[in-house]
Amino acid sequence: MGSRMRNHQLMAAGLHLGYADREIVSDLNLTIPAGELTVIVGANACGKSTLLRGLARLLSPSKGAVYLDGKPIHQMPTREVATLLGVLPQSPIAPDAITVADLVGRGRYPHQGWFRRWTPEDDAAVAEALGATDMADLAARPVDELSGGQRQRVWIAMALAQETDLLLLDEPTTFLDINHQVEVLDLLTDLVKSRGRTVVVVLHDLNLACRYADHIVAMKSGKIIVEGKPVDVMTEKVVHDVFNMSSRIVLDPVSNTPMIVPIGRHHVEAAEKA
Amino acid sequence: MTIVQATTIAAVRRSRQSHATRVTFGLLAALLAAAIAAMLLGDFAVPPETVLQSLFSPLTGIANKGVDFIVLQVRLPRLVLALLSGAAFGLSGIIFQTLLRNPLASPDIIGIAHGASAAAVFCIIVLGWGGLSVSLGAFAGAVLTAIAIYLLAWRNGVTAYRVVLIGIGAAAMLSAVISYLFTRARLNEVQQAMAWLVGSLNAAQPADSIVLAITMVVILPALFVLVRGLDGLELGDDTAHALGTHVEHTRLGLMLVAVALAAFATAAVGPVGFVAFVSGPIARRLMGGAGRGFPQAALVGALVMLVSDLVAQHALPSTQLPTGVVTGAFGATFLLWLLVVSGRSGRVN
Repeated sequence: MGSRMRNHQLMAAGLHLGYADREIVSDLNLTIPAGELTVIVGANACGKSTLLRGLARLLSPSKGAVYLDGKPIHQMPTREVATLLGVLPQSPIAPDAITVADLVGRGRYPHQGWFRRWTPEDDAAVAEALGATDMADLAARPVDELSGGQRQRVWIAMALAQETDLLLLDEPTTFLDINHQVEVLDLLTDLVKSRGRTVVVVLHDLNLACRYADHIVAMKSGKIIVEGKPVDVMTEKVVHDVFNMSSRIVLDPVSNTPMIVPIGRHHVEAAEKA
Repeated sequence: MTIVQATTIAAVRRSRQSHATRVTFGLLAALLAAAIAAMLLGDFAVPPETVLQSLFSPLTGIANKGVDFIVLQVRLPRLVLALLSGAAFGLSGIIFQTLLRNPLASPDIIGIAHGASAAAVFCIIVLGWGGLSVSLGAFAGAVLTAIAIYLLAWRNGVTAYRVVLIGIGAAAMLSAVISYLFTRARLNEVQQAMAWLVGSLNAAQPADSIVLAITMVVILPALFVLVRGLDGLELGDDTAHALGTHVEHTRLGLMLVAVALAAFATAAVGPVGFVAFVSGPIARRLMGGAGRGFPQAALVGALVMLVSDLVAQHALPSTQLPTGVVTGAFGATFLLWLLVVSGRSGRVN
């Protein structure tokens, strides 16, 4: 499938986002590198999920705009956007008793008109998405019966079945065990490396973020502090600025990416505390 | 990464579809049986072939005045009204329950039926109206209540939770209004109002069925178009939006359809309790995940209404019960069962 997709461009210019009177993201500029895995990190309430919702046109900007291929995304027909850009929000709801194949099939919605029936093309897209997420054997199972990790893979499969070049995910690894977190991030990396998709993820775990990101965006109070390759931009000072916490940065022994070792008040040798 | 064939997916989908088809035909068969019973049962015994002859008498011209009156003027209008109102209640219920993601959120629980009732009682007791004007009043009451609930629940969009809570509040308030109206009514007015409140098919007129049939013909195509939007809406507002659904338009449209169905059905037969409430969950259980179950819920609604009416007419030898008494007894039992079962599994539905 990768071959017929071209890289679509997503960018934010002078973006202000908020709820009611509360401004959460202010005057933010960001270009998402095409064909790469971008990870957005930051402390709780720094606006990273809000930024993702804004980029995904789930939240209208109070000022500025998000552009998809140069066009303001909020003024494009929402269905047209849905064929170019897929989103996995933080807490999607699975209807009761729905089967895996059925839920994944919901991703085909933007490709089906009011009266268009289900086509072999739709079946192929669902099959491909289930294969990519390793859910093939569970196609006929009810989603209620799956484990947390499997359930998260189903949602990712649904977003994959949408067959969009751009994929935005809001904390897809939250509530997952470490093995499932790695599994999900490996899957997203597969999408970027072997299918040339552009993926943007909000993540909590800094070290996994540094390992998997081609491009990392660190935010604080609705502003971007740094962005770039993790090895270039993640310094002890940046970690202090973003998380207000001292740390040492060492090289991750298995990936050679930056690994943040936090320095708290306890269990730390005296020399480090200074 | 494993390779899945599209044919595997197609096979899964087809097996679900064939299950849905079996459920639909099962329900249709049950409806047919109940309809035959409705045409044959009665104090005035009419043999099957005479019933058939009478049904076709407008075409064949073979008249048999006495039997034709029983069949065409009494039993047939009652049967048709039971089917149409039951289907309308069933659809209205499942639309609300799906949209608000709550099996308790049927129009007879979130205040819409109460709005119709309060308006009808007002018409009977304060205005001294009767017949068709009461139906019109009930319709207006249902629609006004729905609008009020929607506006009160609105806060940058409508959340399911707020609609249910405000609806239940509205239901309690409207019940109080009904009670107050009763305190200042004369005995015969109370009797007339009570009869309306319980809901009954005893006064079924062909005109009621015609109005309801026209409503269905107008509304069903709209529902057919809007229901596609539920593919996304069922997954939460953000996911729906992400999939390219017009979230607020679709939700408002579906609510209008559900309110119209409930309002017209209530105007025709009164607030027959629990039909809207039980149809969706029963249909869902029959389907077992093989689809959303909207058409099936309409069939279940028609079946519950028809069978309840048969029981109401023939269970006790000497008296006819109002249909609402039977559906109420059945529905309340079902509600308790649903709560017990969901209490065990830790979730409702």
